[in-house]
Amino acid sequence: MTPMTDPDKPEPEAAELVRPYVITKGRSLPDDEQFSLITLVTATLDDRQRPNRLSPEEQNLLTMCTGGYLSVAEIAGHTRLPLGVVKILLASLVEGGYILTRPPVARAVLADREILQEVLDGLRAKFG
Amino acid sequence: MVSGPNLDETAYVRDGANQTPVKILVVGHFAVGKTTFIGAISEIPPLSTEETMTRAGESVDDLKGVNGKTTTTVAMDFGRLTISERVVLYLFGTPGQQRFVQMWEDMARGALGALVLVDPERLADSFAVIDLIEQYGLDYAIAVNRFDGSPVREEKALREALDLLDDTPIVACDARDEKSSAAALITLVRFLQDRALQEQI
Ligand SMILES: Nc1nc2c(ncn2[C@@H]2O[C@H](COP(=O)(O)OP(=O)(O)OP(=O)(O)O)[C@@H](O)[C@H]2O)c(=O)[nH]1
Ligand SMILES: [Mg+2]
Repeated sequence: MTPMTDPDKPEPEAAELVRPYVITKGRSLPDDEQFSLITLVTATLDDRQRPNRLSPEEQNLLTMCTGGYLSVAEIAGHTRLPLGVVKILLASLVEGGYILTRPPVARAVLADREILQEVLDGLRAKFG
Repeated sequence: MVSGPNLDETAYVRDGANQTPVKILVVGHFAVGKTTFIGAISEIPPLSTEETMTRAGESVDDLKGVNGKTTTTVAMDFGRLTISERVVLYLFGTPGQQRFVQMWEDMARGALGALVLVDPERLADSFAVIDLIEQYGLDYAIAVNRFDGSPVREEKALREALDLLDDTPIVACDARDEKSSAAALITLVRFLQDRALQEQI
């Protein structure tokens, strides 16, 4: 896979910088609790049931989410859209009932310890 | 290359409906080996994302300003590892630059902990990153990424130079090697367990 950042690429032009505003239709960022980098997202419907009044970017996101679960960060990575833009688009798709989210675990001490043990066991099993 | 909306099956989280996503940060100064480390562990080709430089609470409307300052972007890269049927681990890497506040808040929020990659030949470059990690209240371990020919330092000297606590783990690591990188992560996770125990008492 080619690196996502091309050091030779010139600074973005003004026209490109305006694009995110257009894509998001000027909507503002959803609050931090709704989408973290690792919130898992998936489409609720299959392709055939999709309404066509969604924007091309929303359609693309939805198609991408139809194959299974992806984190918000992965969606931004695959689409190469800025994270803020991805969050805004996802928020509107959630509102429309087209996608659903699995938030990261609530941070309780006990849950943390269970998870740490699971991570440790998993790393050992894979690389030990 | 920009991926189309149709991804390969392996791109998806294997058991997303049941898995809890967790994350660990892999941080360190410029060119210390973060991307190499993440690539060694990750089951997907590492991805990167750019974050638009808006401050917390600021509306994305401000993006319409074509002023370079509010629209500068910065890359963070990340990878994924399926841990079990119940847990999927994400590794996020970024250079420690304080000015990227929103990105650091996004990365640090809810993180289990951080692995700080350190090049023993450029110790001073690590101060800012360690400060930042401490500022966000994250527990961390140090992975000394020994580049060929770099001086072998005594652990004690390193601890003093970086002003580390006595119990902060220091582990040697070759970020190009999968097992070596995993061993550094394991050291971190064991330390995080100790910390979780202490907090409970
Ligand atoms: N000898 C040696 N070389 C390494 C090691 N880890 C990384 N490198 C090399 O160091 C260079 C920089 O590594 P990267 O993984 O790109 O470093 P980075 O921290 O992601 O760099 P930035 O994202 O630019 O801050 C690459 O050429 C790697 O091959 C290591 O453990 N030993
Ligand atoms: Mg890198």
